[in-house]
Amino acid sequence: MDLPNPELSREMMLDIFWTMLISRRTDERAWVLHRQGKIAFHVSAIGHEAIQVGAGFALQRGRDFVAPYYRDLALMFALGMTPLEFVLGLMGKRDEPTSGGRQMPSHWSFRRANVISHSAPVATQTSHAAGLGLAIKLKKDDRVVLTTVGEGSTAQGEWYEGVNWAAIHQLPVVFLIENNRYAISSPQEREMAVKSVAEKACGLGLPGVSVDGTDVFSVYRVVKEAVDRARRGGGPTVIEALAYRITPHSSDDDDRSYRTREEVEEHKKKDPLLIARTYLETRGILSADAYRELEDRARKMVEEAIRQAGEAPYPDPEEGLYPVYAEQIREVGHA
Amino acid sequence: MPEMTLVEAIRSAMDDELERDENVFVMGEDVGKRGGVFRATQGLLDRYGPERVIDTPLGEISIAGVGIGAALYGMRPICEIQFADFIHPAINQIVNEAAKMCYRSNGQWTVPLVIRAPYGGGVGGGLYHSQSVESLFTHHPGLKVVIPSNPYDAKGLLKTAVRDNNPVIFFEPKKGYRLIKGEVPDQEYTVPIGPAKVTRSGRDLTVFAYGIMHYYALQAAEQVAADGIEVEVVDLRTLYPVDQETILASVRKTSKALIVYEDNLTGGYGAEISAVIAEHAFTDLDAPVRRLAGPEVPAVPYSHPLQDWFMLNPDKIAAAIRDLAAY
Repeated sequence: MDLPNPELSREMMLDIFWTMLISRRTDERAWVLHRQGKIAFHVSAIGHEAIQVGAGFALQRGRDFVAPYYRDLALMFALGMTPLEFVLGLMGKRDEPTSGGRQMPSHWSFRRANVISHSAPVATQTSHAAGLGLAIKLKKDDRVVLTTVGEGSTAQGEWYEGVNWAAIHQLPVVFLIENNRYAISSPQEREMAVKSVAEKACGLGLPGVSVDGTDVFSVYRVVKEAVDRARRGGGPTVIEALAYRITPHSSDDDDRSYRTREEVEEHKKKDPLLIARTYLETRGILSADAYRELEDRARKMVEEAIRQAGEAPYPDPEEGLYPVYAEQIREVGHA
Repeated sequence: MPEMTLVEAIRSAMDDELERDENVFVMGEDVGKRGGVFRATQGLLDRYGPERVIDTPLGEISIAGVGIGAALYGMRPICEIQFADFIHPAINQIVNEAAKMCYRSNGQWTVPLVIRAPYGGGVGGGLYHSQSVESLFTHHPGLKVVIPSNPYDAKGLLKTAVRDNNPVIFFEPKKGYRLIKGEVPDQEYTVPIGPAKVTRSGRDLTVFAYGIMHYYALQAAEQVAADGIEVEVVDLRTLYPVDQETILASVRKTSKALIVYEDNLTGGYGAEISAVIAEHAFTDLDAPVRRLAGPEVPAVPYSHPLQDWFMLNPDKIAAAIRDLAAY
């Protein structure tokens, strides 16, 4: 964190902070909507914002490709999704941009930002990322692929096969592992024998690095370095970003059954949002007044999103029939 | 018109499509230097180079998954699974990813991907080089499932599959690779995915089949013709989506249906054809719909007498035809 980030202007640092903030406030409000019975499901990115926003800003956004997983709300905000677009998805509304209300919330697909569609079986997107990287290499395009998973998903054969491909062919792919120490209820030591997920890279022949995932500027620097190397033809990288899942796994989980409140409280002291704010405040980049303004703006934006999404139409039931095949795609509503 | 074997026609289709569209590439285990264990890709590496004819590591998950990723970027990969028996690790990718991509993204992303796999027994391949796994894939909207029975269709259907914007599972009857020969035009042509084809006209009953079973069904129809039984034969060709129109038209004409498939009977693809006929042509039937299929054992055994016991052949099909004709 003390190393300089020469590429990051004050404006960009404030943009990064704003993105983390709007993600957090939207995310918190989603939990409330769920407890109010207004939505069926929410899976949270609280505690992951530094990883996701740092990584998102390290990309050429809108040009590079992203194969995300379900916890990447803050990454979607970094790639240009709006609170309204997300809340439309929470409510299963017709015009939500990922699937028109077909997928559960946070199962992303966001064509205008080159975010491919993913499923719920974990790590299946890893080989898609390798395939995108292969296509980019075959077409000699100047693009990079970022793909994310939780640490638990690195136990999947799916993950190894995808990373292995990228290593063999030196594909422009960055494999980012968001290590929040839990696969729902199973702690890391029940998921893998290695201390750091980054160690898994050495068996596959590519660099593996670990970074403090609570510090957005450290994540930015490490991911940027990997993205730049990939873009230069220097091949893929595995990056472990260490953070903590402050919330239960999803709105259907109760984490009191497998971890203590004391443990969670201890990790809240390393809240990535607080760390970023302190960083900017101590350097005179963010004043107390400016911070209050951002909070006010975020609150209004989220409330407006919920109001608008609430009034937005649901899909007509007959829309459920389409589009199973490419021939059935209608241009309307697609980016 | 030159005569080709089934495998030559398949190779010729890939050659054409690689030549025609630079977004097409081939990947799979041993498809490069070795030219495929059945030589389906022989010569393609020399012609198109290692960037477009890619030997993959031994991982069916990633053969499918990397293909899907490349297809999302706009490429048109032809992925070879060395034997259909090895496709099971890739089912998650094919069924959960490729099949659902268009629907779940509301049409934002499509997967123009072909997965080719040799299937079927009769080649001494035992349990794991002989399976017929088509019914694992004919249950999934979003996929198209194709099985050719002859060189002309194989070439035309594979070319169509490569140009299709959806994932196409293309199963090839391996026993027919060199056994089945036929004329294939020099000039460009394609065969549409979807329609079944009446390949022999008759009035007494209809045999529905695909792949090598269709090849045998024609031979069986010839055998019983000597006894005065006039058999209509329908080559299903595209298993999913199913061509109900052609099936029902034939049943309405002949009033008897025999469905022949090599997979074991229960829950096999023939069950769906039987259901289609029962639901839509019940009053046209003069006999119960009959299925002739493999025995209820896990897969094809290796030893020759056991394999012969498992496999259907023209004689067994002819016997079933006579039985149904006499009903």
